[in-house]
Amino acid sequence: MKELIKELTEAFGPSGNEDAVREIIKKHVAEHVDEVRVDPLGNLITLKKGKPKSGVQSRKIMLAAHMDEIGVIISYVDDKGFLRFTRVGGVFPLTLLGSRVVFADGSTGVIGREKPEKRDEFPRMDKMYIDVGAVDKEHLNRKVGDVAAFVRPFVDLGQRLTAKAFDDRIGCAILLQTALELKTTPHDVYFVFTVQEEVGLRGALTSAFGVEPDVAIAVDVTLTGDTPEAHPMAVSLGAGPAIKVKDRGMLAHSGVKNWMANTAERLGVPYQFEVLEGGTTDAMAIQTSRAGVAAGVLSIPCRYVHSPSEMVDYDDVQNAVKLLVGLLSGPVDLG
Amino acid sequence: MLLKELSEAFGVSGHEDAVRQLILDAIKDRVDEYNVDALGNLIALKRGTGPSQHKVMVAAHMDEVGLMILHIEKEGSLRFHPVGGIDPRVLLAKKVLIGDDKVPGVIGMKPIHLLEPKERQRVVKDQELHIDIGTSSKEETEKLVKIGDYAAFDISFRELGGELRTVKGKAFDDRVGCAVLVELLRTSYPVDLYAAFTVQEEVGLRGARVAAYSIAPDLAFALEGTICDDLPKKRDISPTTKLGAGPAITIMDRSVIADRRLVQLLVDTAEKNGIPYQFKQPGLGGTDAGAIHLSREGVPSVVVSVPARYIHSPACLLSLNDFDNTVRLMRESLAKVNELDLSR
Repeated sequence: MKELIKELTEAFGPSGNEDAVREIIKKHVAEHVDEVRVDPLGNLITLKKGKPKSGVQSRKIMLAAHMDEIGVIISYVDDKGFLRFTRVGGVFPLTLLGSRVVFADGSTGVIGREKPEKRDEFPRMDKMYIDVGAVDKEHLNRKVGDVAAFVRPFVDLGQRLTAKAFDDRIGCAILLQTALELKTTPHDVYFVFTVQEEVGLRGALTSAFGVEPDVAIAVDVTLTGDTPEAHPMAVSLGAGPAIKVKDRGMLAHSGVKNWMANTAERLGVPYQFEVLEGGTTDAMAIQTSRAGVAAGVLSIPCRYVHSPSEMVDYDDVQNAVKLLVGLLSGPVDLG
Repeated sequence: MLLKELSEAFGVSGHEDAVRQLILDAIKDRVDEYNVDALGNLIALKRGTGPSQHKVMVAAHMDEVGLMILHIEKEGSLRFHPVGGIDPRVLLAKKVLIGDDKVPGVIGMKPIHLLEPKERQRVVKDQELHIDIGTSSKEETEKLVKIGDYAAFDISFRELGGELRTVKGKAFDDRVGCAVLVELLRTSYPVDLYAAFTVQEEVGLRGARVAAYSIAPDLAFALEGTICDDLPKKRDISPTTKLGAGPAITIMDRSVIADRRLVQLLVDTAEKNGIPYQFKQPGLGGTDAGAIHLSREGVPSVVVSVPARYIHSPACLLSLNDFDNTVRLMRESLAKVNELDLSR
């Protein structure tokens, strides 16, 4: 699975520019599902049809992971060919200093900064620029509106992995691996790879309207409290995938939450409960789609979220797949 | 000029009736069908000249920012609340018209003689301001104004002229979009065109949301009067848009990431026809496209704007050259939109 994770995390895909990621996923998912379509906003919606099983109520289940990552967008080209930019999604200025970014065509830029007024001044995005090494403006082929992503290679640290865009390519990888390992299911399972999560859960909103699921699970990253002097949070790398109780945007459906926890117990898969103080996921948009959807979230604990070097634990990733395969193989018990 | 009439019309969010009537009079003989929906959106259909591959929605909002009367003071003056985004700094000493009877009033202020040095440094908050309609008691005011009445800026439209053919008026956000859309309805296109003149954009894209639901378009254009911040600055940084530099195409704002195929259609059309165009600085503002593109299963959308200086204030400026070029760009793009392949 590490090859797949490497391929996905290194792909280019800031919000609204998910094409390369979608093509990779399409290629991997095609032989494991029965239907593949792309909706008007660019969400990749795939269906693995259920085989009815006596005594098991068949449900329409939507699994969602978002393809997009945060990035930057050019807002102005100055006379010398330096590029001013603004954020696409939640980019922290502090993580930009010393970073490199790459555009869709593969060309690279370096982030520079104006002279700070005070030595310890906190960096501000409007005082930074991208330097693509332009000799002058005339020889520059960049324009306002061009989008760039962070540059960071995937590195296998053994137990832990680091890369850019684990948020949420790790979710995409988990959905793909689940589609591959899920031999039969009594449910119609929609593996949905959404767009534009980082700018406001936009793809989830429209894809949930299109799929009209009974039950939904978003697979996304969550924060951890296991680093030096971290903000207190009872989620750690390696303690298993996290079952969301609440975040800033939603209260997880208690039936879905219990179904996940009970299944994990039955399978002997380690798990932890998650209460996230900031942030939310696609499940928030899905939950209130049409007449409402029983929605929960399976989270992958991730350090340094929204920085160019995020970190996850490989066991958590594999256990998430194991849990999802278990959930989809049996009855949906929302108690 | 229709833009003059539209600009001078009274149409704060939730009370767009006068604007809608002006538009209806202008378009009813040019369209095949029209209706006014439950929220007050005016939706008109102009059928295509041949088989339409796409159902196209073009939206412009009729409402403007303004004020709503909250409370009448003992002495007869009026307290108010802003409707939509208004910088309190633009309010002092402005003339307004209140309610359906257009009662004239002035937003009162302390003359400079009475200001303490500290007060001069401070922005007066809108809660501290009042509208003075020249009455001397609560009873007298109550005969003229009711709680909940709207107030709009009292401004006449003027042509300033010059090379950019600049005009001045209020509410160019988004009466200029309405005027462009009315102009577009003069001709037919290969596609079925749904013109949506929407309500309540300034308070949260509310009209566009329901209009898009009922039209269920395959793709959408929002027409706007957008931020134009092109006066000289100390640092070499971006103007949001530039007056006279042509229609502004949005790639990303706070509410939408434009569909790149539609951006490309506009760019290709502009270049082929020699129409000037510019990209709006990304990341700023939101428009009806923010609601439209999230309707139902999603709608590929883009925004085309006429740059307007000083929007959300009583006096905005725009260039009629930009206006004409926006009409041209939209007209030529709509002529080609049937050929667009939206599959992927």
